Amino acid sequence: MGDWFEQNGALLGLALLDGIASAALIFMVAVGLNLVFGVLRVLNVAHGSLFAIGAYAAASIGLFFTSAGLPAWASLPALLLAAMIVGLVLGPLIERLLLRRIYSEEPVLQLLVTFALFMILEDAQKLVWGVQPVSFSAPVSLMGTVDVPFGADVIPYNTYQVILLPAIAVATLIGLALFLRRTLTGRVILAVTTDREAATAMGIDARKVYLLTFTFGAMLAALGGALSTPTASLVPGIGASTIVLSFAVVATAGLGQIEGAALTALMIGIGRSIAVTFQPELEVVVPYLIMVAVLLVRPQGLFGVVETRRV
Amino acid sequence: MTQPRIELLLALLGAAAMVLAAMATPWLKFVLTLALAKGIAVLGIMLLLRAGQVSFGHALYVALGAYTVAFLAPSMPDAALLLVAAALGTTVAGLLIGLFVSRYREIFFGMLNLALSMVFYSMLEKFYHYTRGTDGIRVPSLTVAGVPLDRVSYEWTIFGMALVLALGFGVFARVYLASPLGQALSAIKTRETRLDFMGVSSRNVLLSAYVLSALMAGCAGALIAMTSRHVTPLLAYWTASGELVFIAILGGAGGVLGPFLGAAAYELVRVYAAATVADMWQMILGAVLLLVILFARGGIWGLLSSRLQRGRVA
Repeated sequence: MGDWFEQNGALLGLALLDGIASAALIFMVAVGLNLVFGVLRVLNVAHGSLFAIGAYAAASIGLFFTSAGLPAWASLPALLLAAMIVGLVLGPLIERLLLRRIYSEEPVLQLLVTFALFMILEDAQKLVWGVQPVSFSAPVSLMGTVDVPFGADVIPYNTYQVILLPAIAVATLIGLALFLRRTLTGRVILAVTTDREAATAMGIDARKVYLLTFTFGAMLAALGGALSTPTASLVPGIGASTIVLSFAVVATAGLGQIEGAALTALMIGIGRSIAVTFQPELEVVVPYLIMVAVLLVRPQGLFGVVETRRV
Repeated sequence: MTQPRIELLLALLGAAAMVLAAMATPWLKFVLTLALAKGIAVLGIMLLLRAGQVSFGHALYVALGAYTVAFLAPSMPDAALLLVAAALGTTVAGLLIGLFVSRYREIFFGMLNLALSMVFYSMLEKFYHYTRGTDGIRVPSLTVAGVPLDRVSYEWTIFGMALVLALGFGVFARVYLASPLGQALSAIKTRETRLDFMGVSSRNVLLSAYVLSALMAGCAGALIAMTSRHVTPLLAYWTASGELVFIAILGGAGGVLGPFLGAAAYELVRVYAAATVADMWQMILGAVLLLVILFARGGIWGLLSSRLQRGRVA
């Protein structure tokens, strides 16, 4: 064991840092998926497409900013701006035109409707941005690298991924928890989640809450995508792999669990990056192995409690 | 006439029409063979829809059946044996995976199937040494009962196999759905708890339908591999699973004929339209799927059978 660590310590450290960075992104998407499911009771299969569209929009806006001669630091707000635009435009559009019609339908039909939306958005994204890889890495070079000590080694890693991404993810986690439990709007959302009828009887406009939650969820997905842009090359198909991966996180954590999703994202993110580093063929399998293993023992997910609070 | 009789009659008429069409325009034979194969796979999806479950990952079994043919063809070039091998392989895979996924319903059922199929897709892509990655594998020419055939009679043989399998599976699905097991399947959709109260294991009921659907998808995959003579990981991609679900909803989950009507309509439109609107194909499918779900719940078969019924009342 000692020898192994001496030889592979730096590699292991690198894998851990990769894992933390990707966990931060997965968490952003999974938490949105979870929140929307918790409130609307609809699993949005097109959530992955919102991630992809957010990513492409971020690249477009970022490249536009650069070509317009804006200073380099402007590439960071460009990412945020892209997420806001995508969420605020597509979120209400999808909720109003589509989801609103199917809240009282059977789960199978709800799934089919969001799946159909997924098919539409995947092609829409290809029509707008084409199939050639798109990349925009200005924010990464802007923020430089930082030396991370790991055991006897020092690993230089880019600041964007190892500091900014986890910081944003943690801020989202804490912000969301405070928002839901401490603010009036948050408590209204929780009320609708717990018992829609009772909440409506108290004078809460459930339809407004649904619209608000879905838009917010869409923004989180788009933000996840936008934040992934600087370190990834965007190709068709990222939407599909994202929804599958974030579903794996949500299922492993237990549907509706927010803090649980954070821990699970970390577990799956690190599991996957360790696989990438040491056994690359297994990369795609590891998240699902973790999921299947957990579900076999606890069908309701790691943190899921059988039918209880949902957010 | 009773409903089953009408269905059987329509099925035989449809089969005859297909044979005539294939004789009249030889290139249609290829399209119709694929349509029959997909219809068989969609029949399996329809069984699951009966139980109120939708799988977004059945392309896994189609691809498994197809790759079984591609892997074994060099050492065992007999079409019938390859079909049996593909059927066995996918049945076993369906049983193993089914034991896991039949514990879940609705969202989990759909998404777990999707996840597993995406894993399989990535494995087909990554394990280049065995699968030749995205290049895919060419299926060498096959023999039938030990006799190598020329191209035309080979095509007819596969077409005939597809037709016989489609009729066979169609009749079987009918019998299955009418049996207590099949009735229990619909009960999973309406009220599962009552099934369990009656002492019927709803898990096993769903498992039986799942294994059947895997077997059907596997046979479909084998037929597709024998017809197109080339298999690629795209067979397992989520768009392929989406296509199956699309056809099931388009055809209508009401009757056994729905999947075949849907598949024939789908493949014929695809031949003409897919090339011109290749970039928007999924988008169009998605839009039509939405329209069918929102406005014509019963699909093509639903529209047809309501016509038939109205005709009988009048």
